[in-house]
Amino acid sequence: MDSSRPSDHVDGRGHPTENDITQPRLGVVGYARFVWRQLTSMRTALFLLLLLAFAAVPGSLVPQRSADPNGVVQYRTDNPELYRVLDALQVFDTYSSVWFSSIYLLLFISLIGCVIPRTRHHFDALRAAPPRTPARLKRLPAFLAVDAPGITEKDAVESARRLLRRLGYRVRVDSASVSAERGYLRETGNLVFHGALVGILVAVAIGGGFSYTGQKVIVEGQAFSNVLGNYDSFNPGRYFSDDVLAPYSIRLDGFDAEYEEENIDAYGQPIDFTASVTTTIPGADGQPASIKVNEPLRIGGTEVYLLGNGYAPWITVRDADGEIAFSQPVPFLPQDGNLTSLGVVKVPDGLTDQLGMIGFFYPTTLPLASGAFSSSHPDLRDPTLTLEAYRGDLGLDGGIPRSAYSLDTDALTQVAGRTSETPTLALKIGDTVELPDGLGSVELSEVKRFVSLDIHHDPTQTWVFIFSVLVLAGLLTGLFIPRRRLWVKFVAGADGTSTLEYAGLARGDDPTLMAAVTAFAQKHAAGLGIKVGE
Amino acid sequence: MTATLVSYSLLAVWSAMAIYALAFVAFTLDLAGRAARDPRQKGVVEGSEAASGGSGTSGGAGTTVVQRTDAPSVGGYSSRWAKVALALTIIAWLLHVTATVFRGLAANRVPWANMFEFSLTATALIVGVFLAVQLWNDLRFLGSYVIGFVVLALGVATVNFYVDVVPLPPALQSAWLVIHVFVASLATGFFGLGAALSIVQLIQSRREATKGLLRLVPAPDGLENLAYRLNLVGFVLWTFTLMAGAIWAERAWGRYWGWDTKEVWTFIIWVIFAGYIHARATRGWRGSRSAVLAIIGFSAVVFNFTVVNLFFKGLHAYSGL
Ligand code: HEM
Repeated sequence: MDSSRPSDHVDGRGHPTENDITQPRLGVVGYARFVWRQLTSMRTALFLLLLLAFAAVPGSLVPQRSADPNGVVQYRTDNPELYRVLDALQVFDTYSSVWFSSIYLLLFISLIGCVIPRTRHHFDALRAAPPRTPARLKRLPAFLAVDAPGITEKDAVESARRLLRRLGYRVRVDSASVSAERGYLRETGNLVFHGALVGILVAVAIGGGFSYTGQKVIVEGQAFSNVLGNYDSFNPGRYFSDDVLAPYSIRLDGFDAEYEEENIDAYGQPIDFTASVTTTIPGADGQPASIKVNEPLRIGGTEVYLLGNGYAPWITVRDADGEIAFSQPVPFLPQDGNLTSLGVVKVPDGLTDQLGMIGFFYPTTLPLASGAFSSSHPDLRDPTLTLEAYRGDLGLDGGIPRSAYSLDTDALTQVAGRTSETPTLALKIGDTVELPDGLGSVELSEVKRFVSLDIHHDPTQTWVFIFSVLVLAGLLTGLFIPRRRLWVKFVAGADGTSTLEYAGLARGDDPTLMAAVTAFAQKHAAGLGIKVGE
Repeated sequence: MTATLVSYSLLAVWSAMAIYALAFVAFTLDLAGRAARDPRQKGVVEGSEAASGGSGTSGGAGTTVVQRTDAPSVGGYSSRWAKVALALTIIAWLLHVTATVFRGLAANRVPWANMFEFSLTATALIVGVFLAVQLWNDLRFLGSYVIGFVVLALGVATVNFYVDVVPLPPALQSAWLVIHVFVASLATGFFGLGAALSIVQLIQSRREATKGLLRLVPAPDGLENLAYRLNLVGFVLWTFTLMAGAIWAERAWGRYWGWDTKEVWTFIIWVIFAGYIHARATRGWRGSRSAVLAIIGFSAVVFNFTVVNLFFKGLHAYSGL
């Protein structure tokens, strides 16, 4: 029905094996044309689609650096040999790997090569009249003939033309027949669909270059201002530059967590997290706002998400004379659903020796038979902080970056803990305990909550959304609007009788074609005073 | 109150399963009858002719209608077993829907927030689509497959996936849970029925080449066209699921697409069905080849729902197990 489709389309005109027997005859140009034709054929598109589906599988079997970097590290520890092979094959970065990218880029080249000629052709078809009425209508997939005694050609043709126009068909009148077509939107929808896919790809590619994401932990009472150095971690796109960071600050005023109290099956399960913040942009007063798990804060062209939360015990370390060497809330990272949390304190200055402490925080303390603790509820009901203390060189001056959340104890001497004389320190709120060796003392004065925020900027997100809507709209019109041709022909018999012939043809799958032709015939004939049986 | 509703819901699930099991037996007896029945027997129309585009001429007064239809029809064949089976299915389905509604009332939210509840709702939708399509096309010959599948799925869900009613974690508290998961389940219903037709289509074209068609089951072309239509609806719903999922992911996790395992599989399924639609438009790929693609597509849906949910690591850790 349409010559602009790839020649191996089921509706195409091409000889079935045309593609296979066409040999390059014209040297380079002919060869290029041959390759292009292959690349833009339906078969290639199908092959590449199936290949793409297949190529996406490994990335779901093996952890991905982008989504689960710790998983990759773990994998490396567990299977070092396999890791090396898979890493060489870029399996840990499947979706940005050379092979995965080649498949979808080829697919999109094929798509563009396929869609451009079709668009041009469709544009012409939109302005052209429908094609001539075929000589033998009887051959068409839907056909119906009605005896029409005493009807003139002129009446039959004129009334058919008027009725078809009213039904939204584009009409061409030949001498004794009317040729009509409707449903151009079907092809439009299909082209919009494929074009919008290209739009999504381009928007995602541009977005990936200019976007950034960063993470920041903020304790109640603290503020974060949006400059590069303030992030705990930051992942910029390729074309990122500092000056796109909008100047604003976010202060965490409070954090509320609500846990299930009534349902015994879900006792202690989180119900709601709300971070109350004050946002400030230059030249304006602070604005109160809140951030929830499904309700990010939009500010300065970024979205701010509440990704995690936990406790930050306020720890004060004093030297033997009672001078403060360290005093601040220290975020402890949650290890389980009841917020048993792990944290590290480093005190490099102010004491006779450097001090490192590593310990657990239990919001609702449950002593175990073994003498250890665990937490029985995530809420702050009966908190305990336990700390093991080390003295020695913390290694902070060596120029090697150290994570704030880990303590390398190899070069340190334990002064309090399981392997030293002084047992692990245990503190309740308000407690102060002495450190051994006259090092000083440690106090737990209060416990604050912290939140971990994810801050994102993606300039093309809206475009991706718009193209997605076009994809869906194109899909619906491209699949469900029937494209039909209808013909009405007046045939005068030799013996003075006359017949009206009706025929229809559809593009693609059209279960209601015959019904549509019959309905039209009934309507048309009725207008001429003829009754048509079923 | 919650406990009472939960126990009503479970009672309804078990009753529905028992009645589905009976319906399954009845459908199977009907199928055996279809295979055994002598086609020359009076009153039995051959499915193959009516379905494969045979032309019939009916002369009204002065009217000639040359008609080609491709709707799979078996000429209104209907055994007593088929009628019993359909009636049982409707009763069981009503219980099934009741169970689902009670579960939702008990939890005071939509009943599709963990594996057990997804299974309950999705199977209710599969049977719902199966029953709804009966209004246009007699598909009772698929009953054994559809009801057999549903009984198995319900059994596994109730025995292995059951969890008590618990409130939604903050990440699931979103209108998108309602839309995204419901549409995904509905798409599953359409794909499931499409795959069923494709399986029968493959059997039929096999037999066409060897022993002759199964009587009283439509011919391959008719099955293929109907399967295509169902899969198209499934595909549109799946496209919507994917987009709604991306919007939700943007709100809850801060990125619309991150190649999380569940996202990967949703994408794979989408691409397989896009391939299937292309295959139907590619010369040489109509018929059995595209049918195989549709079956692979539905297998991926089932895989995504079971293996990926239970054994793959990812952000979508909502099985509740
Ligand atoms: C990203 C890759 C592609 C995807 C996801 C895709 C998807 C689809 C879908 C879903 C349809 C049916 C929807 C509609 O008709 O509106 C369709 C139809 C079609 N596609 Fe694609 N397509 C892709 C690439 C291509 C390529 C490379 C070609 C050309 C070689 C192509 C040619 C066609 C044609 C001709 C149809 C109409 C089929 C018919 O007549 O029923 N597509 N495609």
